[in-house]
Amino acid sequence: MSEHIVPTRIYYVIFGLLILCTYLTVQAAFIDLGALNTLVALGIALFKATLVVLFFMHVKYSTKLTWAVVVGSVFWFGILLALTYGDYITRSWRTYG
Amino acid sequence: MPDGVAHHPALAHHFEDLDQQREAATLGMWVFLVTEVLFFGGLFATYLVYRSWYPEAFAEASHHLDIVLGTINTIVLITSSLTMALAVHAAQTNRRQLVFVFLVSTMALGATFLGIKGVEYFHKFEEQLIPGSNFEFEAQYFQHAQLFLSLYFVMTGLHALHMIIGLGIMTWMLAWTWNGTITDAYHSPIEISGLYWHFVDIVWIFLFPLLYLIGRH
Repeated sequence: MSEHIVPTRIYYVIFGLLILCTYLTVQAAFIDLGALNTLVALGIALFKATLVVLFFMHVKYSTKLTWAVVVGSVFWFGILLALTYGDYITRSWRTYG
Repeated sequence: MPDGVAHHPALAHHFEDLDQQREAATLGMWVFLVTEVLFFGGLFATYLVYRSWYPEAFAEASHHLDIVLGTINTIVLITSSLTMALAVHAAQTNRRQLVFVFLVSTMALGATFLGIKGVEYFHKFEEQLIPGSNFEFEAQYFQHAQLFLSLYFVMTGLHALHMIIGLGIMTWMLAWTWNGTITDAYHSPIEISGLYWHFVDIVWIFLFPLLYLIGRH
């Protein structure tokens, strides 16, 4: 598999999207959406990170093995968050029993 | 590679060809980045637990961060990711001068980010928001606001340390571009330095909303 060279036009488009998302996330922070505020902020951050990984970091054009490692990092991070958080939020449950 | 057949000077003998060599470098860098995700991940997990325990104190303490400087720094860092991607592109298409221009731009933007961060830290120092004996905050949130600001300093500090290391790597890449180590056949060092730089950008993409944008409305 020879190297895929991403046209610079794509980099400029991704850059524009990232700046737009930054604007949106700051604007959204000043609107009261209740609990949704955090979800919107994280959703936009996740979208921005995905753009950087796929295009700036070339994962879209990388081997399946690289894909597996990238997905693996998200998966293990998910385990780290889920088990830690699962422990902490259930600690207080005993007091209600 | 059979004996006696000349191979490309940039090809290490344990690889079949330049493509395999490049893919191995990329994969190796990604494996390192997985460890980095989990390294920062511990701090994000800590943030998650404490924020869910003390949401009011976190929102109150977050109001003391400078949203204007934070937004400017986000834009500076995203722009540095663009110039980094363009540096990699210039290396792939063998345009040495452009590699120089974009690496130096990336470093300048990185240094700007660190300068703005330094100004923010100084303001926190002046406002007595450094956790410890001189910390001042409304009595109601005194303890838990310190948790937020401790996380703020550790997370942004660790991120800034990564940027300083990134500036060192860029200096190294400038030297390798200068002395001809980097060629169109061998530009993996620029590519994987780019992966590192973009990773640091991604960490900030999450730090910015989590630290600066909570409870603003």
